[in-house]
Amino acid sequence: MPDLLAARSQMAVSLAFHIVFAVIGIAMPLMMVLAERRWQVTGHAIYLDLAKRWAKGTAILFAVGAVSGTVLSFELGLLWPRFMEFAGPIIGMPFSLEGFAFFTEAIFLGVYLYGWDRISPRAHLWAGVAVAVSGVASGIFVVIANAWMNAPTGFELVNGQAVNVDPIAAMANAAAVSQTLHMTLAAYAATGFAVAGIHAFLLLKDPANAFHRRALEIALIVGAPAAVLQPISGDISARHIAAQQPVKLAAAEAVFRTQAGAPLTLGGWPDVAARENRFAVEIPSALSLLAFHDPHAVVQGLDRVPESEWPNVPAVHLSFQVMVALGTYLALVALWAAWLSWRRADLAHNRWLMRAIVLAAPMGFIAVEAGWMVTELGRQPWVIYGVLKTRDAVTPMPGLVVPFVTFTLLYCFLGVIVVWLLYRHIIRSPAVPEWRGFYMSGGGS
Amino acid sequence: MAGVLHVGGRIVTLADWLAGVIFVALNAYAVLGGADFGGGVWDLLAFGPRRERQRELIAEAIGPVWEANHVWLILAIVLLFTCFPPAFARLGTLLHIPLSLVLIGIVLRGSAFTFWRYGADEEQRYWGVVFAIASLITPLLLGTTAGAIASGALGQGGAATGDGFYTIYVAPWLDPFPLSVGLFALIAFAFLAAVYLTLEAREPELREDFRRRGLASGVGLFVAAVMALLLSLSGAPRVRDGLIFATWALPLHLLTAAAAITALWALWVRRWRVARVAAVAQVSLILWGWALSQYPYILPPDLSIASAAAPAATLRLVSGALALGAVVLLPSLYYLLRVFKSSVSVT
Repeated sequence: MPDLLAARSQMAVSLAFHIVFAVIGIAMPLMMVLAERRWQVTGHAIYLDLAKRWAKGTAILFAVGAVSGTVLSFELGLLWPRFMEFAGPIIGMPFSLEGFAFFTEAIFLGVYLYGWDRISPRAHLWAGVAVAVSGVASGIFVVIANAWMNAPTGFELVNGQAVNVDPIAAMANAAAVSQTLHMTLAAYAATGFAVAGIHAFLLLKDPANAFHRRALEIALIVGAPAAVLQPISGDISARHIAAQQPVKLAAAEAVFRTQAGAPLTLGGWPDVAARENRFAVEIPSALSLLAFHDPHAVVQGLDRVPESEWPNVPAVHLSFQVMVALGTYLALVALWAAWLSWRRADLAHNRWLMRAIVLAAPMGFIAVEAGWMVTELGRQPWVIYGVLKTRDAVTPMPGLVVPFVTFTLLYCFLGVIVVWLLYRHIIRSPAVPEWRGFYMSGGGS
Repeated sequence: MAGVLHVGGRIVTLADWLAGVIFVALNAYAVLGGADFGGGVWDLLAFGPRRERQRELIAEAIGPVWEANHVWLILAIVLLFTCFPPAFARLGTLLHIPLSLVLIGIVLRGSAFTFWRYGADEEQRYWGVVFAIASLITPLLLGTTAGAIASGALGQGGAATGDGFYTIYVAPWLDPFPLSVGLFALIAFAFLAAVYLTLEAREPELREDFRRRGLASGVGLFVAAVMALLLSLSGAPRVRDGLIFATWALPLHLLTAAAAITALWALWVRRWRVARVAAVAQVSLILWGWALSQYPYILPPDLSIASAAAPAATLRLVSGALALGAVVLLPSLYYLLRVFKSSVSVT
């Protein structure tokens, strides 16, 4: 395996692993706080149990996320020293801020997890709020740094050196708003639907179980609005990419030829050699309409840059299609659930909705992974778009296949154990039989 | 800010301050996170009739502060690559192997600790073992990394000289002096943990267990320090010169020795709080002795703080962010420690 490929693979595995924990670390504290708040308002022990379970889940996932995040911060230097040497002064700022946000999150998570009997209920709830807020903040700061790689700004390039460095301008890069919005919503949608899916699965067997009904409710409150808003945020992102990173859009949509009134392609398999997207369904002028809000607008194709500067078109196109399809599914299920709630229907007894939510459980996370494939693979061969190529950023150290294999095995091992622990602590129904009838007797609201 | 302070006849610049802040973060990681590592060592070495109580005490002490203690390392790394990118790049390149091993240790330790807390009873012992072994290897390699930096072996050289793989990527750290620093770090962390645990323990017998461990590791620490110093004679000339000939060397050594003797004396006469303060002072003074001995170099022999520093705009902004962050962090950290590390409840 060539060293560059090994380094890229190791980074990809590390990011793909970490993002799951990062996403849950953003959304799960919110669910935990909502449950605790309801416990404080209603006094029903079922919410306390939920809050404590989600807190345990947050603790387990945060711990793994903290170490996988540490690995990433080191790997920036271990695998991409030349990238960091160039980018560190320009984009280190959001990383530093993320460090602080992460620190705050760690402190208040400690207070929250271990402080149930040591501080007042009010202080405890606020500790939870601090965890939820700093979790979102750290996510936003890291995504800002990534956005800069897509839309580098805040410096001038003179003889390969960055001069007149302006870290604030770098943070305020053109991709920052659309990317952070898209990622934050994705975190809430993916986590909300994953949790909702697990409880929907258990409700299919036991629709009266008050515990799972409450869990489903809070999970949907977090996940559904985000899933509905996500397509709008996706539109903002797509329009930004169309203007700033035309090659990425061209790869995502498999547009080989620059054209006016470009069609939107659904599915298909890009044949790079033949310069065409086989087996695709095309909606005339729809891509121009979506990307520029004008059906006649010119969409730049891959033909605008030499083939040596193309990303892996089939991989980017496939990832993009997967992300859009799954995101659309989540939005539709969210709208369906909202409609039923508005009609005051009993969601848990609607078996088709429960099945649809079970199916949605993994989709948010698959969409998150696919979305990152689009943004990262779509930027290749550049690590900093238009400034530094990935192959020029890699470490000179040979034999990178060894750490790649080692870390991959380590992550596989950890992944299996985390799933097992979550099953034990969060998913299994509580062994308290009287809660079964709790909902039916009208005990909660 | 420039011109306010002088060290060794040099004006202390903003870059120097930030290098100092990074070192403060490393210092905090050593005395806080390091003690968590040390706890893992004592978990591995738990023996006697109170073995299980010892392990429980370690887990109770580490639990609430675990994550926060870990973040000091991340803070140091992030500040390093923001403020001194060439140093970060060179460290990542030349110390790829030990740093990767440190990472594996950190991953295994962090997750094992969590799995240990939340796992089923019958599997907990396995996680305890993973946790303990990772607690042993990680400080050893972290110390070795520090030793490699101090030894001045991480020069420009690298790939450009056409040296072989071993010379570039292995020899700088797989050497007696860096390894002796690794051993020193391991014992220092164990010593700190034992001293802290005397304060955490409620039962007198348990307290005595950790008092004996503190005394033993305190003596071990002295032996390891002498060994590292002797090896520095040939292995780390800059550290040697700094620690022996600089004007600040003698007072620093006297202070360190005073702290070390105070820590052991306080343990001996069961003045637990005094012992804790003295132990922290002792380890911190040793770290700052290292920092001062290689000043103004961030990576001796050739990469100075000034030449590795990021542009002034970045340094100024990071300083601002640090001030802002401190306003949020320090009260939060104080609150965390007050809730969990004092006998009085805040309710």
